[in-house]
Amino acid sequence: MLTIATGNKAVATAVRDAKPGVIAAYPITPQTEIVEQIAEYVTAGDLVSQYIPVESEHSAMAACIGASVGGVRTFTATSSHGLLYMHELVHWATGARLPIVMANVNRALGPGWNTWAEHTDAFSQRDTGWLQVFVGTVQEAYDATLMAFKIAEDERVLLPVMVNLDGFSLSHIMQSLETVEIGDFLPPYSLPHAIDTENPCGYGPMTGPNDYFRFRWDIERSMRDSRSVIADVEREFAERFGRSYGPTEDYRCEDAEVVVIGMGTLGKEAEVAVDRLRSEGVAAGSMRLRWFRPFPDIDIAGRDLVVIDRGYSFGFGGVVAHSIRSKTGAEPYSVIAGLGGQEVTYNDIADFVRDRRPGEEMWFGVSEDV
Amino acid sequence: MYEIRIHSRGGQGGVTAARLLALAAFRDGKYATACPFYGAERRGAPVVSFVRIDDEPIKIYSQIHEPDLVIVLDTSIMDVVDVLQGLKEDGTVLINSAHVLEGCAAACLHVDLTGIALATDLVIAGSPILNTPVLGALAKMGIVTLPSVRDAIREMFADERNVQAAEAAHEELKV
Repeated sequence: MLTIATGNKAVATAVRDAKPGVIAAYPITPQTEIVEQIAEYVTAGDLVSQYIPVESEHSAMAACIGASVGGVRTFTATSSHGLLYMHELVHWATGARLPIVMANVNRALGPGWNTWAEHTDAFSQRDTGWLQVFVGTVQEAYDATLMAFKIAEDERVLLPVMVNLDGFSLSHIMQSLETVEIGDFLPPYSLPHAIDTENPCGYGPMTGPNDYFRFRWDIERSMRDSRSVIADVEREFAERFGRSYGPTEDYRCEDAEVVVIGMGTLGKEAEVAVDRLRSEGVAAGSMRLRWFRPFPDIDIAGRDLVVIDRGYSFGFGGVVAHSIRSKTGAEPYSVIAGLGGQEVTYNDIADFVRDRRPGEEMWFGVSEDV
Repeated sequence: MYEIRIHSRGGQGGVTAARLLALAAFRDGKYATACPFYGAERRGAPVVSFVRIDDEPIKIYSQIHEPDLVIVLDTSIMDVVDVLQGLKEDGTVLINSAHVLEGCAAACLHVDLTGIALATDLVIAGSPILNTPVLGALAKMGIVTLPSVRDAIREMFADERNVQAAEAAHEELKV
């Protein structure tokens, strides 16, 4: 069905269609609309699910962990401080190998208090072993959420997946949305190590120095295997529903001499900048990183790179810029822009390309005397 | 691409007006995005929201800096906000007022949305509802069609007085 919806509504609608048996969540701006909409679906009977309104994000993830190991598909959504509050259990979900899906509406961290878009919240969970995808449109928010369940629950993966969408600039804007008849795209939830509720028993997870590292390696092995699972799921999605996705979304990159790399809505708006630059005779292209974990293998040899980071590792540099540098050996022009919802237009992005200084870092809007 | 900036105060329905307009344009078969700029999130504070309408998919997420149309739901905002900022040379202003705005530097249309809301008894918690009548005025201006306006309003609101108010604004606006 073709309609028009916000990014938050798109996520909630995908959750309705994926039919998780348990949803546990706590509201936080700018994510609240997701859990409110899901609560409405449950109340109206459009989604038959146990909706657990918990008292904190820590408990939300704890409830999802309990339900997931009990053999039920689970979902939660959060943002910013909420994500950080559940951090301990974000790690736990990975170690327990639970295919929980969580939407994270990317928002800056306080103080100063700020509810607008930034990727620092997701980056702070970088090493938790969650797969992370960043979306750039309302349609993609829906599609990626549906696919997240299938990827997470694949026996070659069995890792949780975080679907990231920019606070306000995607969560609260309305764009067209085509929902799908999901059919048997998502098989019934089947967790090989689920607790048998007919004969319930659990095992203390004490794991000594002789064994612990094996479990850590197994997480990494699954993370590596997830690349082909993601590709398979995205291929099947394209065949069934006609919309194709990959580890990156490349726009006019084939003959590009300079490529803009970004994530989320800025990565999408970069395409407009590329069109402007092309009309001026600049051979520009853009590459929007969709998957952040596992980090994609990208081929950008021989081009200038302009990397836009909506997050920063203090004392080190732009998180995406450094990921690109360590993956490819390239020396990108690292632009730190859009922190806390800072306004960045396609004209600004075109300026980043025109004024690029490979190997250097630039904080947009900051001058010597600030 | 046609770009619209809506000025209102928190609680007056500017954000909903943007969403209704995008929905109506979508019903007309266009691509549309509605982007509210959330600021103070307090009732009474000046707020701004944006709508883009195009025949092609829209990839722009930033704010509108050079609008084709500026809508002012509350003229008292004009004392504190430069609503004409960045308006295109051939751009238009639509204000909620019973009277012609003296000294407006741009092509300026006016319609008494507050009066229409009061006459239709479209009042919630003492505040006249402006976001549905303004859609009728926009249909008169040819930005969306009146049938799509009716559809959009009925999709979001059950109270038929919202449609009547839009039709009244469509009737009253002189273009």
